[in-house]
Amino acid sequence: MDRDPLSATPSDRFISVRTVTKQFGQFTAVDRVSLDIGKGELFALLGSSGCGKTTLLRMLAGFEEPTSGQIFIDGEDMAGIAPYHRPVNMMFQSYALFPHMTVEKNIGYGLKHERMTKSERDDRVAAMLDLVQLKAFARRHPHQLSGGQRQRVALARALAKQPKLLLLDEPLGALDKKLREQTQFEIANIQYETGITFVVVTHDQEEAMTLASRIAIMDSGSIRQLDTPKNVYEFPSSRFVASFIGSVNLFDAELVRQDDQFAHIAVPEIGVTLQALRRGQLHGKTRLTCAFRPEKVHMSRQPPASAVNTMQGVVQDFGYFGKDSLYRVKMPAGSLIRVNATNDLRAGDDDIVATWEDEVYLAIDPAAIMLFEDEA
Amino acid sequence: MKRLSRFLLTMMCLGYVYLYAPIISLIVFSFNKSRLVTVWGGFSTVWYGRLFENSQILDAAWLSLRLALTSATIATILGTMAGIALVRFGPFRGRTMLSGLITTPLVMPEVLTGVSTLLLFLLMAKWIGWPARRGFSTLLIAHITFSMTYVTTVITSRLSSIDVSIEEAALDLGSAPWQVLKDITLPVISPAILSAWLLAFTISLDDVVITSFTNGPGYNTLPMLVWAKVRLGVTPDINALGSLIVAVVAIGVTLSSIIITRSERRREREIQAALAGGH
Repeated sequence: MDRDPLSATPSDRFISVRTVTKQFGQFTAVDRVSLDIGKGELFALLGSSGCGKTTLLRMLAGFEEPTSGQIFIDGEDMAGIAPYHRPVNMMFQSYALFPHMTVEKNIGYGLKHERMTKSERDDRVAAMLDLVQLKAFARRHPHQLSGGQRQRVALARALAKQPKLLLLDEPLGALDKKLREQTQFEIANIQYETGITFVVVTHDQEEAMTLASRIAIMDSGSIRQLDTPKNVYEFPSSRFVASFIGSVNLFDAELVRQDDQFAHIAVPEIGVTLQALRRGQLHGKTRLTCAFRPEKVHMSRQPPASAVNTMQGVVQDFGYFGKDSLYRVKMPAGSLIRVNATNDLRAGDDDIVATWEDEVYLAIDPAAIMLFEDEA
Repeated sequence: MKRLSRFLLTMMCLGYVYLYAPIISLIVFSFNKSRLVTVWGGFSTVWYGRLFENSQILDAAWLSLRLALTSATIATILGTMAGIALVRFGPFRGRTMLSGLITTPLVMPEVLTGVSTLLLFLLMAKWIGWPARRGFSTLLIAHITFSMTYVTTVITSRLSSIDVSIEEAALDLGSAPWQVLKDITLPVISPAILSAWLLAFTISLDDVVITSFTNGPGYNTLPMLVWAKVRLGVTPDINALGSLIVAVVAIGVTLSSIIITRSERRREREIQAALAGGH
């Protein structure tokens, strides 16, 4: 692939969605969405249920027609083209395996409409069975398979026709946690091997982050941010995205002054003035939202070397998760700041970071503070 | 195994007696030598012989069978089509009316359905000259009308319990709607279609009320003949006929339950094997 998988814009417009709107009666499920997806990309539509991501996916598959707007796949306008004439296949959330057909027949079903000889067809089915490691299960019926095996049959069936675009609706939704992690990497590998463009719909941010090269975060029918997983996490464009992805400390803030490098903000809930690295221009609004991630707060029992963005508080409680702990530190002004600290000290060392009622210092790098002009 | 208390045991026996005593007495008296139904005159199979000599009964049985086979088949086709339209075609114009009209015969008194069907046939005969005489075709139409109701009900309930996405998956894999119907929908609902057919067959075979309004001279179905004969007193050959029907039903039920149990066991074994070999 000649495209840098981490770049924020695709080099081509293999799939192009132009101001697409879908209304069901009075309800607008998808509201003027535009986006471009590059060839061979693994793209994720992320959002909570009812945000319109599944409707958008169904419009790509052809099960729904847009109320207005256009969808192009490989340069071809998809308006009025039935699902069975589109170069698109879909892996359904429920897998939708044909219960009365064997694994083999399920995978081969789509091929009977292709111009292929029987031996070509058999070869393709065998290759697909190989790809998802289900050769031994070819003659089984879906009800004789475990959940993970069914998921792989569904994937193989959708891939068998070698579509230009593969749609995956909550591909890991029905799997248990251990299987999810394994399958996640399997899907990414298969995508890389086949080079087919994947669009994944999911409500699970971890799934979207690990799978996709780019993520579109949707809310009430519109895209709130479209970027690489890293940028979505590190540089969310709005308060909504910041609180949707990962966990975050959010406080109302007031802009005191700006200089070339920093914005100085008063945060009454914490009772301090903080300085944040400026990214782009603030538009002169004085009421802001300030946000920082729990793992970007540095906690210590000794005063830190630099006095920049330093606060003092008392550990109210903490949860121990093994590799890290989450502390809730009470500020003198009454609010709580969540702090993630990695437990990288050896077991048996007495010197754990902090415990209940400990007085601690918190320090935040000015680059880790995000400012938003939109309000809650 | 849990032991039943004496009370429960008594109630269970009473229940069985209530259900099966009439049938057992029917079978016992079918082997009665005496002409009088209520007096035991010794064992004999004479009435079975008489039954097979009675061309009236044989004709009626043959008519009933032909009628039930044809009407069940046509009703199943029409009812399945109606069921698919109701469940899968979305909110089309007239959908509520169609579903209402199809299920009305379920709650209408049979006498009303019978009278209204008869009136329709009489009016049609007057206006378009058909049917000139009532006979097999009028019986067939009437039977299709009411058994289709049951078929549609069975098919709609089965269809609404099937995940629509398996049909969408077939569309997505390149099959046109008619191919989806042939490859996916019909095979998946085939058990429901079979039971709907059996239901329609049984109802048609059993019907007296609507049949008596829509038949013509010389077209007596078996239930009508039995009913007519019994009005003049129960004769032992009717007992023999009843026993034969019980025997056929019993064999059918036993066979089908054996087949179902076997396939269930095989399925369980396969699931066990899948779980053992799976990962």
